[in-house]
Amino acid sequence: MKKKFKLQDLDCANCAAKMEEAIKKIEGVNDASMSFMTQKLTIDAADERFDAIMDEVVRVCAKVEPDMKILR
Amino acid sequence: MTKKQKQMVVRIMVVFVMLAAIMVGEHTGLSERIQPHILLAFICLIPYLIIGYDILYKAARNIRNGQVFDENFLMMIATFGAFGVGEYSEAVAVMLFYQVGELFQGYAVGKSRQSISDMMDICPEYANIEENGALTQVDPDDVEVGTIIVIKPGERVPLDGVVVEGESMIDTAALTGESVPRRAAVGDDIISGCVNGSGTLKVRTTKEFDDSTVARILELVENASSKKAHVENFITRFAKYYTPFVTIGAVILAFVPPIALTLMGAGSFGALLGTWLYRACTFLVISCPCALVISVPLGFFGGIGAASRIGVLVKGSNYLEAVAEMDTIVFDKTGTLTKGEFKVTEVLPTACTQEELLELAALGEGYSNHPIATSIREAYGKPLALERVTDTEEISGHGIHTWIDGKEVHLGNAKLMESLQIPFTKSDCAGTVVYIALEREFAGTIVIADTVKEGAKEALAAMKHVGVKKTVMLTGDRREAAEAVAKELGIDEVHYELLPADKVTKVEQLLVAQSPKAKLAFVGDGINDAPVLTRADVGIAMGSMGSDAAIEAADVVLMDDDVRKIARVVGISRKTLRIVRQNIVFALAVKFLVLILGATGYANMWAAVFADVGVSVLAILNSMRTLRRN
Repeated sequence: MKKKFKLQDLDCANCAAKMEEAIKKIEGVNDASMSFMTQKLTIDAADERFDAIMDEVVRVCAKVEPDMKILR
Repeated sequence: MTKKQKQMVVRIMVVFVMLAAIMVGEHTGLSERIQPHILLAFICLIPYLIIGYDILYKAARNIRNGQVFDENFLMMIATFGAFGVGEYSEAVAVMLFYQVGELFQGYAVGKSRQSISDMMDICPEYANIEENGALTQVDPDDVEVGTIIVIKPGERVPLDGVVVEGESMIDTAALTGESVPRRAAVGDDIISGCVNGSGTLKVRTTKEFDDSTVARILELVENASSKKAHVENFITRFAKYYTPFVTIGAVILAFVPPIALTLMGAGSFGALLGTWLYRACTFLVISCPCALVISVPLGFFGGIGAASRIGVLVKGSNYLEAVAEMDTIVFDKTGTLTKGEFKVTEVLPTACTQEELLELAALGEGYSNHPIATSIREAYGKPLALERVTDTEEISGHGIHTWIDGKEVHLGNAKLMESLQIPFTKSDCAGTVVYIALEREFAGTIVIADTVKEGAKEALAAMKHVGVKKTVMLTGDRREAAEAVAKELGIDEVHYELLPADKVTKVEQLLVAQSPKAKLAFVGDGINDAPVLTRADVGIAMGSMGSDAAIEAADVVLMDDDVRKIARVVGISRKTLRIVRQNIVFALAVKFLVLILGATGYANMWAAVFADVGVSVLAILNSMRTLRRN
């Protein structure tokens, strides 16, 4: 399943790249892209565990850029 | 400006005043009198904390999360270092300057993001539904297929559909970049994203919002930033190594030269360490690759935005890059360079007038629904008195035998004339030729051909002008027709009588023949050339305002099927790449220069902050030029 999320307070392009990489490493995530320009996160992940994966995504993102919020 | 930015402005002003006071004190010798000297450090700590507390906080928090090479941390180390070597006011100044730069950078990025999204603001916010005589606004997402929606003058069309009531002019500028209004009347298809003109329309929707043109376009443009160009990938890789490299360089710079110099007896270790620690700190300030990481994607994003503003969708930065390097362009003939509509191009009577010959042919073909018959009737354009026609008979593979006003008429190809043994002048025109005989005597010729699109000739000339080296045309048509079109348009190479599968083979041959760095583009209408579109380096399709197959298979979509736009996109892509390269060279040159000057003691921390945030701001501003119309 592919889903898109809006991001709030993503101010650093380098962090976006780091988070994208971290998200891609989460198990069950097929593909992810974090766009600094559009302030959007697109995740393609396994259906059945999607919510659990999203929790994990929020956790890894908080490590890199704690100020950013993922609007779910 | 956001609330956060406004707060920052206040902080910057307060600290600026305090710093000015400290600097005045330093220059007038007032600060010399403050004893003990350590007290001065405490005085400077106040503005330092006001301006930098959030940086320190973030640095501490990120270290806890295992993010070592983060710019906050590096700024913290650098300014601590400055404090350590006794440059108190400089530590404050550097932090202040850094925050000013960050503020500018945030503001510039926000602005550019805003102007790009404004430009692509084609998303309709609501749809009007009529319920019990009253109009209610609903989310276009909730409208089901087949619902009747009302579009008032000046409103954006929210969903694709068919007009069932009313008449209006539709402005398609948001989708095609051309502000030529189109007429929409009952029975016409209407596309979401366009703006309604002066009349109220009632439209029966044919698609859900997610499948409608506007939603698909927005998705394409948004996804475009995930397909990265070579340059972007290079920057990402570079950024990964740059920061650790510079940081390690700083550590070496801080300790190796003082130790070496002390051993050589060039001074006391303590004094030398102070000097070299300061130089190492300038290194740390320059170690963020932000200028590149932000400005390069921003440049491409702007380029894609500029292309979409003229009605061309580019599906990724990598395609924008490929378009700039394109030097062979292959066209499909029908539907791309020609209209794909058959029209009478020549009427050549032997004795009677053109009008009479056309009337004769139109009457003779009156009962046929063959495309040729249709185009002859269209060319005649008047109502036909079909009661004048009697005993029409079709001679398969040859033509028609009929009686008009009691006179015998034959219409058909050369074979028909030959079989009837009627002497006639053979035509060598391109296209389909119809010979007409009246009372078994040759009366004239009518030529029917596909017509060249308006602007196709200029389009090819413009492509040559922007540096496309070779133009090739592929077609399934006969040799004469193909060569005539190629000659008219000035195409370098033409391959005719090809089956759809042959087109792939031909493109593959051309791909092999070209130099490895050059790129090949294929332009087609997307109807049965999806394989070729995918095979070429850049597949350019006619969007026909929403043909699914084309938009799906292609890398670049011309929303209004205008081939003239290709040359303009080449222009945009070249400009984008030029700007991106300028930014890379400029940012790297300044950074390396300041690194060298910093290591040798000629550049202070101020210069280092400029090399970091100052360069970022300049690069962002430069990237914004990609958006401008050329």
